[in-house]
Amino acid sequence: MSDISSRGYKNAAKLVSTEWVAAHLNDDNVRIVESNEDPLLYPSGHIPGAVEVDWVKDLNDPLRRDYLGKAGFESLAGRIGITPETTVVFYGDKSNWWATYALWVFELFDHTNAVIMDGGRLKWAEEGRELTRERPSIRATNYTAPERDDSQIRAFRDGVLQHTQSDGQLVDVRSPAEFSGEKLHMEGYPQEGAVRGGHIPGADNVPWSRAANEDGTFKTADELRAIYQEEIGLDPVAPTIAYCRIGERSSHTWFVLTNLLGFSDVRNYDGSWTEWGNSVGLPIER
Amino acid sequence: MPEYPAKLQEYLDDFSFISTRDERVDYLIAIADEFEPVSAAIATKPYDEGHRVVGCESEAFVWAIERPDHTLDFHFDVLNPQGLSAMAMCAILDQSCSGAPLEQVAAIDGEVVFTFFGRDISMGKGRGLTELVNAVVYSAKQGLRH
Repeated sequence: MSDISSRGYKNAAKLVSTEWVAAHLNDDNVRIVESNEDPLLYPSGHIPGAVEVDWVKDLNDPLRRDYLGKAGFESLAGRIGITPETTVVFYGDKSNWWATYALWVFELFDHTNAVIMDGGRLKWAEEGRELTRERPSIRATNYTAPERDDSQIRAFRDGVLQHTQSDGQLVDVRSPAEFSGEKLHMEGYPQEGAVRGGHIPGADNVPWSRAANEDGTFKTADELRAIYQEEIGLDPVAPTIAYCRIGERSSHTWFVLTNLLGFSDVRNYDGSWTEWGNSVGLPIER
Repeated sequence: MPEYPAKLQEYLDDFSFISTRDERVDYLIAIADEFEPVSAAIATKPYDEGHRVVGCESEAFVWAIERPDHTLDFHFDVLNPQGLSAMAMCAILDQSCSGAPLEQVAAIDGEVVFTFFGRDISMGKGRGLTELVNAVVYSAKQGLRH
């Protein structure tokens, strides 16, 4: 894959290469964070100095369906030893699907000094770079976070409904079978309790993984524009909402549209199909 | 509750005493380290798709070879090099079910996955691992019919 800087991204600074990470392993201003779906991966071997942020126990409220609040984020940030000035480098499994999810949650707390390691864990490992089971000794910090701001990059059900009524842009990043209503869940994933299949009216279907190459790196800006702008006609300056099943796959698309293509107003609807497909009276298309 | 293969029950008992996530993870990683992929004498790549575990994102494959005593030897491979959970589950199933009475193997409930991996595992991961168990159970049930 070509150098990140040559791929034409609007905000190429949101991606770093494995080489860059290797050169910053001992940089006090950088914290490397692994975030995976598989809980065994980090403990079995991670980039030296990397800490783990787990999408279940670290990012979500343990009771309500919501993300952690200000106090929880401050506690998490302090535990992983970052300050608001620290550059947080996320990487993980599945083409950085879970890494972009973690980054999106960090940005809800205005920690925008966060980047993704292109290619994720797989690329690092396949390049033969060092992985260690040694957990780093982290000096905890006192991190003062703002209240979580859900207004800019997060969408809620009522807002999505208004968005559809004004013919706003929607990207459904699930599989075609989920989009059509043939399946209520991703291929290989279980039925999670949605009582209706289909998609939000007006949505276009672009499975999230189309933005990634086989090796987990992101496609070039030209390739991404061909998908999102030429193929389904998204306008980069019009408000756009991405959704999937519970908002994790769509965080990957949110990252692509916002940072790699420079769309100006993209929100991730984390309620996604498990909320929409269960809500009484909401319109559905098949 | 139906009787499970002795080694599986031993694992289940071990995991029932685990109280922290770190303990669980360390134990599962140690088990995953014992995973041995199918030998070339049994199967070579590209594998017959009929042996693929449908629903397992880690691209697991399973083979059941009959022994002279009509029990089964189970063999596995996991093509995703990062499919560590799948490797751990395969190792547990191999050690527990190979040579075990088919009635006991056929009685295994896919819910055992959550005893090993916990309830906070992702939906996708839980499904894939459960399908691994189901594939072994299916082979045992087929063996009982013959």
